[in-house]
Amino acid sequence: MQINVMINNKQVSLQVEPGEFLAETLRKHGLLSVRRGCDTSNCGLCTVWIEGKPTLSCAVLAFRVDGKKITTIEGVAKEAGEFAEFLVAEGAEQCGFCSPGFIMTVLAMKRELPNPTEAEIVHYLIGNLCRCSGYLGQLRAVKKFLGVGLI
Amino acid sequence: MKIVGKGFPKTDGMMIATGKPVYTDDLAMARALVVKILRSPHAFARITAIDTSRATELDGVECVLTYKDVPKVRFTLAGQTYPEPSPYDRLILEEIVRYVGDEVAIVAAVDEQTAARALRLIKVEYEVWDAVLDFETAKEHPSTVHPEDDLHCNYDIGMQRERNVVSSQKVEAGDVEGELKQCPVVIEETFYTQAQAHAMMETYRAFNYLDHTGRLVVVSSTQIPFHVRRQLARALQIPASRIRVIKPRIGGGFGGKQTGAVEVFSALVTLKTGKPAKIVYDRCETFSCTTSRHAMRLKVRLGADLSGYIRVIDIQGLSDTGAYGEHASTVFSVVGAKTLPLYNKTKAVRFMGDVVYTNKMPAGALRGYGATQGTFALESAVNKLAEKLDIDPAQLRLQNLIREGESCLIHADSSLKSSSLARCIAKGQELIGWNAKYPRTEMADNKVRAVGMAVTMQGSGIAGIDTASAEIRLNDDGNYTLLVGSTDMGTGSDTILAQMAAEVLATSLDSIIVHAADTDVSPYDPGSYASSTTYVTGMAVVMAAQDLKRQIIESGAQQLAVEPDKVVFDGAAVRTLAGDKAVSLQKLAERSVVGAGQRQLVGNATYGSSESPPPFVAGFAEVEVDKETGKVELLEYVAVVDCGTVINPNLARIQVEGGIVQGIGLALYEEVRYDDKGRLQTDSFLQYKIPCRKDIGNITVAFEESFEPTGPFGAKSIGEVVINTPAPAIAHAVYNAVGLRATSLPITPEKVFQAAGSRTGGPRP
Repeated sequence: MQINVMINNKQVSLQVEPGEFLAETLRKHGLLSVRRGCDTSNCGLCTVWIEGKPTLSCAVLAFRVDGKKITTIEGVAKEAGEFAEFLVAEGAEQCGFCSPGFIMTVLAMKRELPNPTEAEIVHYLIGNLCRCSGYLGQLRAVKKFLGVGLI
Repeated sequence: MKIVGKGFPKTDGMMIATGKPVYTDDLAMARALVVKILRSPHAFARITAIDTSRATELDGVECVLTYKDVPKVRFTLAGQTYPEPSPYDRLILEEIVRYVGDEVAIVAAVDEQTAARALRLIKVEYEVWDAVLDFETAKEHPSTVHPEDDLHCNYDIGMQRERNVVSSQKVEAGDVEGELKQCPVVIEETFYTQAQAHAMMETYRAFNYLDHTGRLVVVSSTQIPFHVRRQLARALQIPASRIRVIKPRIGGGFGGKQTGAVEVFSALVTLKTGKPAKIVYDRCETFSCTTSRHAMRLKVRLGADLSGYIRVIDIQGLSDTGAYGEHASTVFSVVGAKTLPLYNKTKAVRFMGDVVYTNKMPAGALRGYGATQGTFALESAVNKLAEKLDIDPAQLRLQNLIREGESCLIHADSSLKSSSLARCIAKGQELIGWNAKYPRTEMADNKVRAVGMAVTMQGSGIAGIDTASAEIRLNDDGNYTLLVGSTDMGTGSDTILAQMAAEVLATSLDSIIVHAADTDVSPYDPGSYASSTTYVTGMAVVMAAQDLKRQIIESGAQQLAVEPDKVVFDGAAVRTLAGDKAVSLQKLAERSVVGAGQRQLVGNATYGSSESPPPFVAGFAEVEVDKETGKVELLEYVAVVDCGTVINPNLARIQVEGGIVQGIGLALYEEVRYDDKGRLQTDSFLQYKIPCRKDIGNITVAFEESFEPTGPFGAKSIGEVVINTPAPAIAHAVYNAVGLRATSLPITPEKVFQAAGSRTGGPRP
């Protein structure tokens, strides 16, 4: 079936299978930042925005986003790069495989929570797993990026 | 030093953080065949009939392969220097299947859906055998996991195949039993450490194709490109010269990718079909059909005198290697090798025991590699001994631990060249507030806070075996290309190796291009494992850079028409000591590639160490236990690390934080579990819980540098040692809180609740 979606501010028509998930559609469309890390929709790697809300693209059927606006990290490259500078300064990207999904959640949080406390930050980001960094470097990067009480 | 010791960001950091397509699956050809595996539903069985006709006929299916289609030569998937100590006990596909998930057939099709459909069309009949599921009774079990007589060991590892024993080992110095009788204080405890999953975020994957000369090119998310090439040559029975293995960026490894997982399957498809093929394991396969940490039973006996000197350490172990023997003997030997030297006021020490086959997923290499298991057992026992002797656990360690310049019973003829462990302990006590908090503080609402501790050591590379080469060339534009075969899997090793080269050549980090790893291009390196890259590859890089520097000086002196000892190289130019003449590096580089009689300058070095200097960690945990629910909340973890010279403080700190969190997972949450039919129960992130960002409390990392004279700029390793202390330190804190002496991991709320309900214990305040 065909869907019409706005991906990273470009209107595109895509052929999708009935059982196809958005994560797969986006990868096929060349957006290789979108990755699967689990089969159970609880690792956060495939996080993209649907209408600006961070969403697990592995848990959304592609035909469901017909007419919607999708944003991946490629679509917010400048802002993602600004945050990534902080992440990389901490060394907290480590293997980098979870970083795009993590960054999409961070940037969504920035829009949603004006002055988050540390507890609110941790809670907002809880769905993004990371096996390398131990999370604290990510937290330091987020706090510096947001200008929240430096550690 | 200008470059070494500075917290440079990783050279690949921005690209990988922002999602650029640099990982294996991103690079696979769009039209590559998709490879999928049919797996055994039985823990132990023989295939009596297999019908692939309907699957083969399906449109879009390129090939269906069974045990009839593979070479009959056994090999190991363990990534180890040849000749590997792991037994050659597997075929790519075999008539016998040895665990639930073992490979039965390989399907390649034009897309994933077709491949999945084809799997369902394969009909297999099995003769189901009695499976060996309990490792403690494996030796007496009537079934033999490996009945085949063509199983091969490269040398004697103490295998008794008919008894399911892969390896039997004993290391003893002094008379353990005799000395124990002389000890007024003896404690004994048996510990169980669980299988742990690596759970790296990028699952196992590879793709491959035949190049313009018909050679097999394998792009794989692997820690061990050169070992994979050798495995493939043997498994596929083609010359190694016909194989090229390339490692792109890796999404985490933790030792999992020190064992070959997927490469043989997709490579076989490409050889059979001549077409590009790729294989990507899903999370379920990654949990259930690769490897885990070896589960172990470790009985520890410690003997001490009344003044608190540990005189005897005896560890008797049993390790579960599962269906195949990858890393079986070596992980087990590390249990003793990284515990027995720690306390050296001993008169007798021993480590002995067996590794057994069972019908479960194979175990393999996982960060810590046996030292993690050994540390939990030994350090838990030391904490118990401290209580029995009524000595502060930190003090007990300080008076027993090995110091710089000292030797130990199992390494009587060599001495420890670097250690700041005593300082690490003192610093850790200060940072956690040990004297005020030990052992516990009662809180309101039935809660209690307590602290605990442990220390550990690891190695830096494999002494006398693993050897790395490095090559660095001066390019025509005056920059350098550093070629190594080590495999940065997110650790930042490419960056710290560049820092070392830049330091030697007095240049900036961005003047060094790092290339790694490609078996056609890279000089030989075993790969990144065994905490080797900073120490072993790093030393090779330093020596190669020094070799190049010498050549630059010679070439510059020649051009200035003076003797080499009359010039200096400052990174930008070769100048005479008198300061009257100079030739820039830029000019020197340009001239080296133009005209007759020139020679491009290339530095080379190979390094292997006769020793494996230990890094150390002192770990301290503060927990709050809810006595009504058994919930353990980790409030604070302090890790004070001696990794010699810190090459890059930012990257070292993250290595520590990440390792501590994996250790917290081992302590409190993670366990690979099977049901009574041998089916893995923990095959997703829903059933297998790794720590999330709310589970870890605060982690304080500090470094107490020592100087390792055999290491690059005084450095030792850091990657593995950092995972070892959380389990025993948290167990100690929980004991101090509620009196539960955790002898098995993970320490679940159920275990704590039962103990808390029965009594309030721990040493007296």
